[in-house]
Amino acid sequence: MAEAVFVEKHPLDEIIRGYRMPHIWCPGCGIGIAMRAFATAVLESGIPEEKHVVVSGIGCTGRVAGYMDLDSYHSTHGRPIPLATGLKLANPELAVTVFSGDGDLAAIGGNHLIHAARRNIDLKVICVNNFNYGMTGGQVGPTTPVEARGTTAPYGNPELPFNLPYLLAASGANFVSRWTTIHIHEMKKDMLYMFKKPGFTFIEILSPCPIGFGKSNNIEDGLQEMELYREHCQFVKEGEFVFEDLDIDLTKDKPIYVGRFVDRDNPAFEPIREVPA
Amino acid sequence: MSDKKVLTGKHFMHGDHACAEGALAAGCQFFAGYPITPSTEVAERLARRLPEVGGVFIQMEDELASMAAIIGGSAAGKRSMTATSGPGFSLMMENLGLAAFMEVPCVVVNIQRGGPSTGLPTAAGQGDVMQAKWGSHGDYSVVAYAPWSPQEIFDLTVLAFNVSDRYRVPALMMSDEVIGHMVERVEIPEPDKIPYWGRKRPDRNNGHTNGNGRFHTFKPDEDDLVPPMGFAGEGYKMHFTGLTHDESGIPDLSPDVHNDLTKRLIEKIDRNADDIIRFEEYSLDDAKIVVVSFGCTARSARRAVRDARAQGIPVGMLRLISLWPFPEKVVKDLAESADEFIVAEMNLGQMSREVERHVRRSVTGVHHGGGAMIRPETILDAIKEVAHG
Repeated sequence: MAEAVFVEKHPLDEIIRGYRMPHIWCPGCGIGIAMRAFATAVLESGIPEEKHVVVSGIGCTGRVAGYMDLDSYHSTHGRPIPLATGLKLANPELAVTVFSGDGDLAAIGGNHLIHAARRNIDLKVICVNNFNYGMTGGQVGPTTPVEARGTTAPYGNPELPFNLPYLLAASGANFVSRWTTIHIHEMKKDMLYMFKKPGFTFIEILSPCPIGFGKSNNIEDGLQEMELYREHCQFVKEGEFVFEDLDIDLTKDKPIYVGRFVDRDNPAFEPIREVPA
Repeated sequence: MSDKKVLTGKHFMHGDHACAEGALAAGCQFFAGYPITPSTEVAERLARRLPEVGGVFIQMEDELASMAAIIGGSAAGKRSMTATSGPGFSLMMENLGLAAFMEVPCVVVNIQRGGPSTGLPTAAGQGDVMQAKWGSHGDYSVVAYAPWSPQEIFDLTVLAFNVSDRYRVPALMMSDEVIGHMVERVEIPEPDKIPYWGRKRPDRNNGHTNGNGRFHTFKPDEDDLVPPMGFAGEGYKMHFTGLTHDESGIPDLSPDVHNDLTKRLIEKIDRNADDIIRFEEYSLDDAKIVVVSFGCTARSARRAVRDARAQGIPVGMLRLISLWPFPEKVVKDLAESADEFIVAEMNLGQMSREVERHVRRSVTGVHHGGGAMIRPETILDAIKEVAHG
């Protein structure tokens, strides 16, 4: 039997607030995978740590700001994007990442999401989509597949969900991709790419939520949801899909498309900083 | 560039514009707002003027975003402001609480109109004075000023930035449509005559860090209870959260931490109240009747007091310039020497309750729901009725 190995230092100690561990996330949750990818990307980004700022909203993913050892702002529910907008405009040298959940960004913060994408402001958004409100115990949200169950939809969700990549593409984002928590290398690669990409960038990361979403939808644990991703995920490249097909329906035998859906170079928003000549 | 920040000289100026110029003179470098009558001219002026002084203007998608954006701008180290009116002010309450709790300085201008709801978009009201104090949930403190002229909205906007920075507290400019849309003489001083109180900054050699050199973002100095403030991007690796937090900024939801933190937010303003409070007294020396008023209504009240004096009535006026913190000491002192209090305000009885609380007797209210100024003769009638029974 293998013996436990004790190490003095974790490779990410420098960038994660170790003294805040253990974190609040449930066993099987995927947020930690996304945060680890982000932490590694920050270290590899070539941007000095003090210029990285992370802003979160409310919810399970909203706790990321508190765990990253960077200047971090844990804002009100739905408002990380406008708070980040102020940070970025007041100090353009900052690399501002908004790290939050689907409920925070697409429901209560939905208006800010589409307007920030419309402006194409230089913000980096990572949206962990776990198809429900996890922190409050599994209510349906704007990304819950139709007919999936939640504590506020005991007879099945009667509403249609957002197709987030389609929404962001239509709103004007320069970069939109989607991965799941099995795609750890791809998500990190895209995080590194977004740091270099001017304008509004959006990475959707599908994550298991066994306690919130799984328990109501016959998904036994985090691993089973990861299996579901592995079976259904289909990698597509730009031009190989139509945006309507990016809808997700976990309850049906339908492919989940992942990949880079938008990668364009529309001018990033710059406020008027001096009177034009 | 700096000469354009302060438009030194005598102007015939619109109140909303005077507010914008006060912000620029104070060094405001970031404005985020959403158009709403009767505050829109503040935004319009700053949209034109901020790029002249190297600042940034942005029109956000709503007032929720505007308030969040100025917290971000301020957290990055820039003096930041927004301007709105009733419906927008209601939306800003959410993040006003965040600014108070994260102790991020900011100035919020409310050119009050008649409410509730859409109410009277183009006409004055003073019905938001209790919302200013209590509008966001939970216990916290704010600072609020009520100017009575375009000159004073200029002066008080400068003061609001100074107080907000010095005490890490949101400062509210609780003006009204009459003052916002009034055009009057405004004298702007030389740049070196504009007072400036900066933010307290962390000093690594002054006990602001813990043993590991980590900056204690929310550790207050003992004398004034204000923690020094670091800005995003300076390398402190700070955490700001709307959750209850300990002195290092890390969430700590224990009852004692919560009680201590919320108490400090209130006590830091109470303890420094003499520095923050402003009021003006008119013919109060021998007054047996005191008229308390503020903002545009104080202009009518002043006239009424003068006319009543001419009729031999021993009346004076206390004009509240800071609404919050409330100048309770002067009011309590007046309660010793005067017999009767009249409160004139363009709402149905808000500040009259606060006055009543401090003078410990019933006061006479001259109240109107808003839409038009309370006339001097209405206040004069109230003074005469109180004087002659």
